[in-house]
Amino acid sequence: MNLVTVLPIVIPLVTAIVSLFAWRSLRVQRWISLAGAAGLLGSAVALLVAVRAGGIQATQIGDWPAPYGITFVADHLTATMVLLAGIIGMAVVPYSCASVDREQEEAAYHPLLHVLLMGVCGAFLTGDLFNLYVWFEVMLISSFVLMGLGGRRPQLEGALKYVALNLIASFIFLVSVGLLYAAVGTLNMADLATRVPDLDRGIATSLAMSFLVAFGVKAAVFPLFFWLPASYHTQPAAVAAIFAGLLTKVGVYAMFRVFTLVFVLRDVGATQTLLLVLSMLTMVTGVLGAVAQNELRRLLSFHIISQIGYMVVALALFTPLSIAAGVFFVAHNTLAKSTLFLVSGVVERRRGTYDLDRLGGTYRESPWLALLFALPALALAGIPPLSGFVAKLEIVQAGLEADAYIAVATALAVSLLTLFSMSKIWNAVFWQPPPASEPPPRRPPAGERWLMECPTAVMAAFTVVVGLAAGPLFGWTQAAADELLGPFGPSGYVERVLGEQR
Amino acid sequence: MNLILPFVVGALVAAGLYMMMRRSSIKLLIGFALLSHGANLLVFSAGGLVRGGAPLIEQGESLPPAAHADPLPQALVLTAMVISFGVLAFAIALVLRTYRETKTDDVDKMTTTER
Repeated sequence: MNLVTVLPIVIPLVTAIVSLFAWRSLRVQRWISLAGAAGLLGSAVALLVAVRAGGIQATQIGDWPAPYGITFVADHLTATMVLLAGIIGMAVVPYSCASVDREQEEAAYHPLLHVLLMGVCGAFLTGDLFNLYVWFEVMLISSFVLMGLGGRRPQLEGALKYVALNLIASFIFLVSVGLLYAAVGTLNMADLATRVPDLDRGIATSLAMSFLVAFGVKAAVFPLFFWLPASYHTQPAAVAAIFAGLLTKVGVYAMFRVFTLVFVLRDVGATQTLLLVLSMLTMVTGVLGAVAQNELRRLLSFHIISQIGYMVVALALFTPLSIAAGVFFVAHNTLAKSTLFLVSGVVERRRGTYDLDRLGGTYRESPWLALLFALPALALAGIPPLSGFVAKLEIVQAGLEADAYIAVATALAVSLLTLFSMSKIWNAVFWQPPPASEPPPRRPPAGERWLMECPTAVMAAFTVVVGLAAGPLFGWTQAAADELLGPFGPSGYVERVLGEQR
Repeated sequence: MNLILPFVVGALVAAGLYMMMRRSSIKLLIGFALLSHGANLLVFSAGGLVRGGAPLIEQGESLPPAAHADPLPQALVLTAMVISFGVLAFAIALVLRTYRETKTDDVDKMTTTER
């Protein structure tokens, strides 16, 4: 029993249960929630240290040997993702204490947040496809409730769209899992990695495609992203930050995992080409959609889609360098995107609107806040020395090495459009004078400012730190790529899970 | 049974998707219920259907009898059923709240998020 691989799931679970018992007192709930987030971050760091020291960590629950028992596995990729979940959890909990309406916060907000984090960490850690489905559902159900929590019309409508499309995606996922079991007779991912190569190519390709559709909806890839801009801008800013940062990345993570371990991408027919084309279309449609928006958070939502395209293009290129760049990009984007949503929440608290036409003058009023926006926004556009520059540079380099010139050209052009639309926000929210008809901005009390702006500042600082420490961090993501796609394929993962029985 | 079930699954999924594509949010719920039944039946039949062969190992043997039912899909389908039940219950509550708030069940009229 290897405790570090289970703690990132157990800690949010215990936190959620304990804070449910404290439902009478919001104050107690907040402290429990904060302690739980700190515990999750701590366990994520412990996992990272363990993976760094001892390579891939695997745990068989109840000592049932794989592939019969429930397996949790942590490699470099998993450790990175769990750490990101920990960081975002730690930033969002204090932020939501100040920004979420009291009524909503009392309606089991904190327990739900931790159940969501548990589902996310479970999806990252599990070594079994059916368990991946279950963790997806844990995550989705809590996200459904968090999304509809306000109970006002836009939130309910957004939640209904989100629920309907995600239910169909879950259905496709479950059906794919059932068909895969019928074809292969196992669902343990390490066991699948040894057996799928013997499967008929036609069956393997069609199964890979149906998994692609299932994860594509969750990750908001090109033709399947419509639920995202319809629902992400209706929630409280804290919830939007965690959704924008983490939830779509779970879909991306599942693609990285399944297409390197179970269906090795270059072996399953046209899936790789399809994925490459889809990723380019995702980048382009996302950014073009963003250019047309006039609501701050809808604009940012379209950028999520466009950025997902970069991650998928990195996967579709399928070289060790591109996978490393993709993992780096996921880390950079999770941090930068959440920060932007956190900043949008701070702006909304002052101005009471997200409408670009009604905003303005924030730079004069609070240069500090403008800086907090500028850092992640420029990082997203890929300006050196911020985190996005290194991420995009490596993706471009991997693309050039793989002779994928069209993908590289698309990535660069989309980057330019990202910068354009970030400068549009900058102009509308920070530089231009506010319309005369608008009431003067509200001065938030000091306590609220501390709770909301400190986590935002720390998150913004990450985009600088990740950019400056890109060398060692990229070394880490290269280690992740080596495990996924190394010279011996995923055999290290398989050996660690299945042990000596092979 | 092995021949009938694929058709049942197909019919359930087709009916479910048809209902989900209607404009009424109540039909969306019915569609989702049918769809999840289809998925559950599919997972259930994934291990192949065997009549009356319990996967029990006789004393002194090390393997279950030759024609035994695969217990794993049944365990999976149990989990999937619980999940779809929970999600459906939530979806019903959500549709009811949305109906009370918007005074309509027509999904095409729910456009406040697009503005």
